[in-house]
Amino acid sequence: MKPHHGAHTSNSYIGAHIERVEDYRFLRGEGKYLDDISREGQWHAAFARSQIAHGKIRSIDVSKALAMPGVRAVITAADIEGDIPTIPFRRPNPTIGPYAQPIIARDKVRYFGEPIAMILADSPELAEDALQGVVADIEQLPVMIDCKRAMEDKSLLFDVTGSNLASIFNADKGDVDAAFASADFIIRDQLSTQRQTALPMETRGLLAEWDAKNGKLTVSGAAKLPFFNRTTMAAMMNLPETAVDYIELDVGGGFGARGEFYPEDFLVAFGARKFDRPVKWIEDRREHLMAIGHSREASCDVELAFSKDGVMLGMRGDLFINIGAYVRPNGMTPVRNAAQFMSGPYRMPAIHIAAYACVTNKTPAGTYRGPGRYEGNFFIERLIDQAAAGLGVDRLEIRRRNLLTHEEMPYPLATVLPSDGRADTQCDSGDYRVCFDACVQEANWAEKSKLQGKLIDGRYHGIAIGCFIEGGASGPQENARMVLEKNGDISLFAGSSGIGQGIETILAQIAADYLEIPMERITVFHGSTNLLKKGWGSYGSRATVMGGSAVIDACKKLLALFRISAAKRLGVEPEAITIAEGVARLADGRSVPLAEVASDHLEVDGSFKNQTPTYTYGSAFAHVAVDPGTGHVDVVDYVVVDDVGRIINSMTLHGQVMGAAVQGFGSVFSEELIYNEEGQLLVGSLADYLIPTASDYPVVRCVSMEQFPSPTNPLGAKGAGEGGIIPVGGVVTNAVANALSSFGVQPKTLPLTPSRVWEMIEDARVRA
Amino acid sequence: MTVRFEVNGKAVSVDVSARTTLADCLRHELHLTGTHVGCEHGVCGACTIIVNGDAVRSCLMLAVQANGAKVTTVEGLSPEEGLSPLQTAFKTHHALQCGFCTPGMLTTIHALLSEEPNADEDRIRDVISGNLCRCTGYITIVEAAMDARASYQHSRGDKE
Amino acid sequence: MKLPQFDYQAPTSLIEAVALLMAGKGDARPLSGGQSILPVMAFRLAEPSLLVDLRNIPDLRAIEVSAAGVRIGAMVRWRDILDNAQLKDALPLLPEAVDHVAHYQVRNRGTIGGSLAHADPASEMPAVALALDAVIEVVGAKGARDIAAADLFTGSLSTSLSHDEIIVAVRFPAWPATRRYAFEEFARRRGDFALAGVATCYDVDAQGHAKNVRVSALSIADTPIRLKAAEAAIEGRAIDADAIKAASAAASAEVDPAGDIHASARYRKALVGTLLGRALTRAAARTAR
Repeated sequence: MKPHHGAHTSNSYIGAHIERVEDYRFLRGEGKYLDDISREGQWHAAFARSQIAHGKIRSIDVSKALAMPGVRAVITAADIEGDIPTIPFRRPNPTIGPYAQPIIARDKVRYFGEPIAMILADSPELAEDALQGVVADIEQLPVMIDCKRAMEDKSLLFDVTGSNLASIFNADKGDVDAAFASADFIIRDQLSTQRQTALPMETRGLLAEWDAKNGKLTVSGAAKLPFFNRTTMAAMMNLPETAVDYIELDVGGGFGARGEFYPEDFLVAFGARKFDRPVKWIEDRREHLMAIGHSREASCDVELAFSKDGVMLGMRGDLFINIGAYVRPNGMTPVRNAAQFMSGPYRMPAIHIAAYACVTNKTPAGTYRGPGRYEGNFFIERLIDQAAAGLGVDRLEIRRRNLLTHEEMPYPLATVLPSDGRADTQCDSGDYRVCFDACVQEANWAEKSKLQGKLIDGRYHGIAIGCFIEGGASGPQENARMVLEKNGDISLFAGSSGIGQGIETILAQIAADYLEIPMERITVFHGSTNLLKKGWGSYGSRATVMGGSAVIDACKKLLALFRISAAKRLGVEPEAITIAEGVARLADGRSVPLAEVASDHLEVDGSFKNQTPTYTYGSAFAHVAVDPGTGHVDVVDYVVVDDVGRIINSMTLHGQVMGAAVQGFGSVFSEELIYNEEGQLLVGSLADYLIPTASDYPVVRCVSMEQFPSPTNPLGAKGAGEGGIIPVGGVVTNAVANALSSFGVQPKTLPLTPSRVWEMIEDARVRA
Repeated sequence: MTVRFEVNGKAVSVDVSARTTLADCLRHELHLTGTHVGCEHGVCGACTIIVNGDAVRSCLMLAVQANGAKVTTVEGLSPEEGLSPLQTAFKTHHALQCGFCTPGMLTTIHALLSEEPNADEDRIRDVISGNLCRCTGYITIVEAAMDARASYQHSRGDKE
Repeated sequence: MKLPQFDYQAPTSLIEAVALLMAGKGDARPLSGGQSILPVMAFRLAEPSLLVDLRNIPDLRAIEVSAAGVRIGAMVRWRDILDNAQLKDALPLLPEAVDHVAHYQVRNRGTIGGSLAHADPASEMPAVALALDAVIEVVGAKGARDIAAADLFTGSLSTSLSHDEIIVAVRFPAWPATRRYAFEEFARRRGDFALAGVATCYDVDAQGHAKNVRVSALSIADTPIRLKAAEAAIEGRAIDADAIKAASAAASAEVDPAGDIHASARYRKALVGTLLGRALTRAAARTAR
């Protein structure tokens, strides 16, 4: 795929390989990230965090810290008047209320790393120095780090609830008992995925400024969903929403974790207001690992029912999700997603899955790219490969037989209760066999299948294929304001936010095509709450579909105003005007270019409402080679083929799918947040939290198709990118199992560390 | 303590405390915020700068240790306007997304190709394995570096 | 993760440096490349009151190759070792091992003396020093002395150096023309600390038998260790498939590694044997210089 360097004509941006607008400043070192800004007289915050995973706070003595050089103040729960505010849920449900996270620990600490005090000092160094001056006297309580142990309720995190089970999501469809009663073959397994975090390269950070004269709070460092956080902050601060602004700067990666409302958000702002001083906080990497949302710690006991020829009849079982010490704003999303998306792209007539969300003394969980979907996909794909072996049906055939077809669309997924606004959903469009067949082709399965289980030059080779659906375009709405500037250029103010994904480019492409003007004449501003009245942001693979569709609405409205303005100038009825390529024309040859009506101050608000998710779908292939001596697994080849409905920018799409796939390899092989029995996080550095490096996975091939546009939006686009990560766990693990088939190895637990892979082989040898 | 060194061709003199890292000195004293700090413990490579021709982690170097040194940051790799051939290759190959690791990638690859303009793909991968990127999966970064080699070969007058 | 407060001095002579360390009474630490001590300080696992930077002290950066062997100044960086053409013949095990040290940027500042003084049991250099009978030259308040590598490492991150002593150079005995060698380690990612590693060398006598067999292991105990049972298993033997198997088994049998978050004890125990097998296979396949 070669980049497109030529000049673009109108309507040629969407779908092309367009270099990004953002890149120029990033490449010159001129991006502006949070730590790149400072304010005169600012104080720096540092957080004292509990070193005890579960305990009752007897006292917190900050007198030593206060006496240390450069320390201006220390905030503890005692400084918060009234009840300690708790962080609201983005998707509430009836049982999770008591489990919300307080913005600082007052009576109890529930995880290692929970904030207990905030130091404010003249420099980050002095603030950090003073942390050792915070002395917490905490009475230890029994520590629960395991989900199933916590569910015995022998020690409670929240006395008031009498339970460590925050919620149960039930995903149901059809008559599952009948399905199992009529089955020829049932496969059942217990599988698990490990605790991880998204790990954006830029840690979190905030700069809060209080304007006492006008009673206005400005918080810089917003990401993902500035508007929701603004609403949250205003309520907690007892301020009108208009008195709070969230400002988005360049953001060094999101992947689900960054940009949610965390305890530090409130505390930094609280300090700024209380002392009428700008307060800046840059999270360090060690605290990042213990404080930002974790994800993916899930296990299952699930069974699949088949007819003798490999047709899926039903699925039932339990999922156990360790959500950590509190329910964070989107802490339930992975739980309900895992329940609903376990059936994946397959025709599954009967389902009963119960997903248990249990609290433990670990860092509270949130989302990480492909939340719940990655976990669910791992579970079902492992079961399918084992079922194929048990039934004696080819691994390709068993999938092809059950993949949904175009004729079945829209196809309903299981209904999930309690409803969090997304109970019922359905696959929107596509023929899932199309990507599957393309993937089989691209992977050269016929040739590669000869390698299965073969020992070549000391390594065992294995292959596998897996299928997925993605889920994107989170509702309910997105807005975009468009202004025609004096020079005839367009300023576009988007409610979507930038998290490094290239939104300035994508939205400008869309606007350029709909306005039929060169992209260079459009400047996109995004994310901050002072740009437009209301916006939503970028999460759940929504910015292109939701933000892009709002831009289309704005373009249409702007062109309508342009028509009226041009008609006035020409003294004709608007209907007489034809607009093309930014020029209003009459049949008689007279014309008015867009720039000429700038004096009319054209400004429009576009919006797009949609509660129906899009479902990108696809298939992925992996070829691995396992070194039985070290347990090291090489990913020799990896292919992912997806259908995204409509491609907006083939370059950025390709980049995101590929990047997500490599993140997925980290999930399968190396990333894990490990705790000891005392609930202490043992992974405190990037030398221990092992994300992929440049030498690890040199081969990833991505093919994106646009066979079946989504009927849910005017672009026909589907949220994409997350699909790169969703299938990785299942397909790579199946490839490893295939490589080690001569040993009868069936991996059940991720990650597949060298140590674990070697032990599986060794144990199999001993058994044999 | 006063430390004097050269940054991107300009002589500077800065007052710092002993514990100030060169990364923090560049960012907060000299306002060269293109150098990013991603871990502060020498693993992520985002803070990579070039000191006397060598790529180093500026979070693992004290500002006072830079006394007398010639320092180049990403700002120093950028032409007055536009992009260098390496920067252009990054843009063309989509070798960046969020941009946070990018300055460290550019300085590292620039230092490498300045010395080894014929570095092969394995060598490039090996060298940038000390720079973490969470967005791209590295494949496009390696492609960009491979593509940019020509401009270094040319500037050194080397033959392929 | 800002560094804790400390004072900084960059003396221009060894005498001055030693005096500063003496006055620091154990709270002062020498600063060489800083690639290990600065991260440790960033985590506030060490808070020295004074760092004595060795950068302005002359004569610590030479690589001297002679008939007697090789002498490498303490401030010689990893990349200097990799760039040095003479060492590829005069001490080939060293560059082979150094190629595994951390990453490009760290190799541009990290030094051989600093690594030995830091004494991380997962580091390559201590194991190489042990395998090659290196001698560590140090200078301190009581004068200069030589420490055999075997006597330097006393525990994880601890050495027999006194607080006022500075490593000035490392000497390696002459490398016989008949020597075979290999370094093998396995890390989870390129440049990470190894889960285990081995350095091995032996001389081949006229009968084609291995003499003076040396096997050392890293990341398998509190210090780098010699694997003497493995050495004994092949001393005097031709290094063929049987010998390699015997050495490998002996190595696994004689070590008692701990498990951690990266690998189990059981795995590490087996891995040492696997790596030694691979190292000896490569060593035996090398032709004489």
